[in-house]
Amino acid sequence: MKKRPGITTVLFLAVLCFCGIASAVVNFPPPEFESSYQMPDTEVVGGRGNLYEYMDVAVLVAALGLSSYLSLRRRSRRGMFILMIFSLLYFGFYRKGCICPIGAIGNITLAVFDSSYVIPLSALAFFVLPLVFTLFFGRGFCGGVCPLGAIQDIVLLRPVKVPGPVESCLRLLAYAYLGAAILFAATGSAFLICRYDPFVGFFRLSGNLNIIILGVCFLIIGIFVGRPYCRFLCPYGVILRQLSRLSKWKVAITPDECIQCHLCEDACPFGAIESPTVPWPAGDHVKSRRKLGVLIVLLPVIVAVGVFAGAAMSKTASRMHPVVRLADRIYLEDAGMVEDTTDASLAFRATGREVEELYAEATSIQGSFRVGSYFFGGFVGLVVGMKLILLSIRWTRSEYEASRAGCIACGRCFSYCPREHVRLGKVGSKGVAQ
Amino acid sequence: MEKKQDINRRKFLKDGAWGVCIGGVGVAAGLMAAKGRRGGMVWQIDPHKCISCGNCATYCVLEESAVKCVHEYAMCGYCKLCTGYYEPEPKVLDEAAENQLCPNGAIGRKFVEHPYYEYSIDEHLCNGCAKCVEGCTAFGNGSLFLQVKHDLCLNCNECSIAAACPSQAFKRVPVDSPYLLKGTQQA
Repeated sequence: MKKRPGITTVLFLAVLCFCGIASAVVNFPPPEFESSYQMPDTEVVGGRGNLYEYMDVAVLVAALGLSSYLSLRRRSRRGMFILMIFSLLYFGFYRKGCICPIGAIGNITLAVFDSSYVIPLSALAFFVLPLVFTLFFGRGFCGGVCPLGAIQDIVLLRPVKVPGPVESCLRLLAYAYLGAAILFAATGSAFLICRYDPFVGFFRLSGNLNIIILGVCFLIIGIFVGRPYCRFLCPYGVILRQLSRLSKWKVAITPDECIQCHLCEDACPFGAIESPTVPWPAGDHVKSRRKLGVLIVLLPVIVAVGVFAGAAMSKTASRMHPVVRLADRIYLEDAGMVEDTTDASLAFRATGREVEELYAEATSIQGSFRVGSYFFGGFVGLVVGMKLILLSIRWTRSEYEASRAGCIACGRCFSYCPREHVRLGKVGSKGVAQ
Repeated sequence: MEKKQDINRRKFLKDGAWGVCIGGVGVAAGLMAAKGRRGGMVWQIDPHKCISCGNCATYCVLEESAVKCVHEYAMCGYCKLCTGYYEPEPKVLDEAAENQLCPNGAIGRKFVEHPYYEYSIDEHLCNGCAKCVEGCTAFGNGSLFLQVKHDLCLNCNECSIAAACPSQAFKRVPVDSPYLLKGTQQA
């Protein structure tokens, strides 16, 4: 019978291993058994199948269709609320908040910039379908389908009005977040939106403590400020905002005509009802036109400032990429600027790779970050500039209207309109007026 | 009069922009769909890059990590003194808990024939801490290694273990071949 190596040999080999001489060598060749022992196979189980994906996309299409019907034709807040709860349960708690169109921004970006990445068709469908629906029916996705919106909507108990200028400023955050999410996904550093998704921890009932605390904060703010994440941070929301400006149909507060009763004025907790404009004071036209002219001339300047700011932060941003972080660490260690080591630096040294190779890789990543940061900064500058321009344009409105961009089709305002009560037959057509 | 209002400049521009948007979304989606695939990619650990740091046990978003130890039997030496099974200096070579490396007692040890022992993983007990992987890789054949179990993994868009992995051993792999077993891939 073949003898197995004894403990001494084992220890000897162990010492050899430690010295790195015998690494990557099979130390103990697999035995040849004399008994009838059958070596078991290594068992690994495949995924849970693709049935889910079809179901998810089907449910999404159905929910989007239903939300459009309920907000535009049926005009039912109760229906929207039930749909919202269903979406919260299905996309949120049942499907654990993954997959969602907001996070799909990362997948789409990575698929564009990394040719080796294969995008799941379901992620693509989740990204595209709400866009298409928005182009036709407005932001029904936000109001009735998005689980992140739903969880905030149900805690909204004591809505307060956010002043217009504050709202406008805070909303810029969402554009910056969108830009940053694209920058980090394109460079392969991180899927920012998914990493800092504040509500996914609730859906899974587990997760990173800091993120759950962040989520709790959002929900506490959300008691008073309607849907803070949706309005001020959601990067997908800003895409839908712009597309819904062009939508074929939109939510109407009144079913037929506005009787200027002002009752709906405070109905919207999201600041999406625009009131009729007052006639301009004499002489204001000239001042306003001059201001607009200045802002249009200023636009390229603001964009340029953005590009410079982007360039300035590109180095810091690139540290989100693990390779850059590692190269930084290795440099510090080699230069003797730090005493200790990290798991990452030890792991790198164990691979025996050349340090120069790592530095070259990190430099090339930093290069793409530099280009990306120009675009990111320019984009943020453009958004700020356009915002200023749009704020200084005066639109004329003769009645109360749901803002095309801001309205998320939640349906709260319908019941505030007296004409709606007439439509539903609750009061006679003359009952209100008299 | 009504007809004139139908084609005003603002409406024309808006319709044009609408057409550009829907066309753009359609074309982009079509181009991407041609490149995409059902299921896409899933996360997996490259066992040759793994340094058994233990992050897999703690960073997974699941209460119980989706990363488990896998035993590649064909690579195993069936040693009596298994450095993946025993503490560095075991008092006695028996199955007593104080001698075992695994904090959960997830490794089973069964006598096969003198002097060989079979080691198997009880997946329900394994928490993916990689203590056995460390022992087996340092002194043995490296037949114990970690893998993401796809019956458990939620396949998060951003894997939080991947973000915490010090050796960048996590990568996305095609859904058709979701495991990176040591025996079947080249070192």
